[in-house]
Amino acid sequence: MDPLVIAGRSFQSRLIVGTGKYPSNPVMVQAHEASGAEMITVAVRRVNISDRSRESLLDYIDTSRYTLLPNTAGCYTADEAVRTARLAREAGLSHWVKLEVIGDEKTLFPDNEALLDATRVLVKEGFVVLPYTTDDPVVCRKLEDAGAAAVMPLGAPIGSGLGIQNTNNIRIIREFSHVPVIVDAGVGTASDASLAMELGADAVLMNTAIAGAQDPVSMAEAMNLAVRAGRLAYLAGRIARKMYATASSPIEGVVGR
Amino acid sequence: MPQILLNGETHEIAAPLSVTALLERLGLDTRRVAVERNLVVVRRAHYDTEIVSEGDEVEIVNFVGGG
Repeated sequence: MDPLVIAGRSFQSRLIVGTGKYPSNPVMVQAHEASGAEMITVAVRRVNISDRSRESLLDYIDTSRYTLLPNTAGCYTADEAVRTARLAREAGLSHWVKLEVIGDEKTLFPDNEALLDATRVLVKEGFVVLPYTTDDPVVCRKLEDAGAAAVMPLGAPIGSGLGIQNTNNIRIIREFSHVPVIVDAGVGTASDASLAMELGADAVLMNTAIAGAQDPVSMAEAMNLAVRAGRLAYLAGRIARKMYATASSPIEGVVGR
Repeated sequence: MPQILLNGETHEIAAPLSVTALLERLGLDTRRVAVERNLVVVRRAHYDTEIVSEGDEVEIVNFVGGG
């Protein structure tokens, strides 16, 4: 399949997966393997000073094989997100960041104004910024103008599993954008991922849909296939929708007629 | 005893010490954490020379699961 290129870097897989909420670390490792993903998101949190017995997440991610994409999840201001991105760069020695600035606790919808501010600051500092945003073509264009390396519109609220709520917006965002469009959040099952790709998304990012499935490893494989299927279908060019039937077998030479 | 604010909680240190010494005292692997002192990230190359002292606000973070 054609590679995904973000900020000059090529990826064979168009699926980006998370590391949160897995039933166990070994299951996560198997799911990552089955997903075929090459980029994996991680969160940045305070070290637990009083209990250092807990295992490190990095014991379960082969960083020679996977590219780490730290996020700024849980940040509610541009300042917090910028601080978190800077810390992530130092912890991961990579200048890529999935930028999140949350604006509402219940929906986890982004605060796009603060997101734009944080994008401008981080781009100036040399970060490759992948901002999580609403499925708003105008906001996506502003993020691109601010120097974002990709735009990541949500399909539905984070962790909701509702699937792509506004297919038309995703299509318009793809048409408007000169950077990769990554549908981030909202995927519930394989068909949602396929649909995102069929709409023209360049990649899909998901966490809960895999980690929260009853069998995360099988769901990871399903998502791997779904993203590939969706991409191939998009490139192949689907047939036009018609109101009535068009026979696919010859109408001449039917026996007895 | 001098106190610092470490990850939001007061923490006593015997005397001013380097970031390297602080991480060592806490038993943390320097390669897997990032440190901020008074809102500014401390570069790894400066862990030996950056000194943490009375009243400093220090944040030590690492990567955890997330989406």
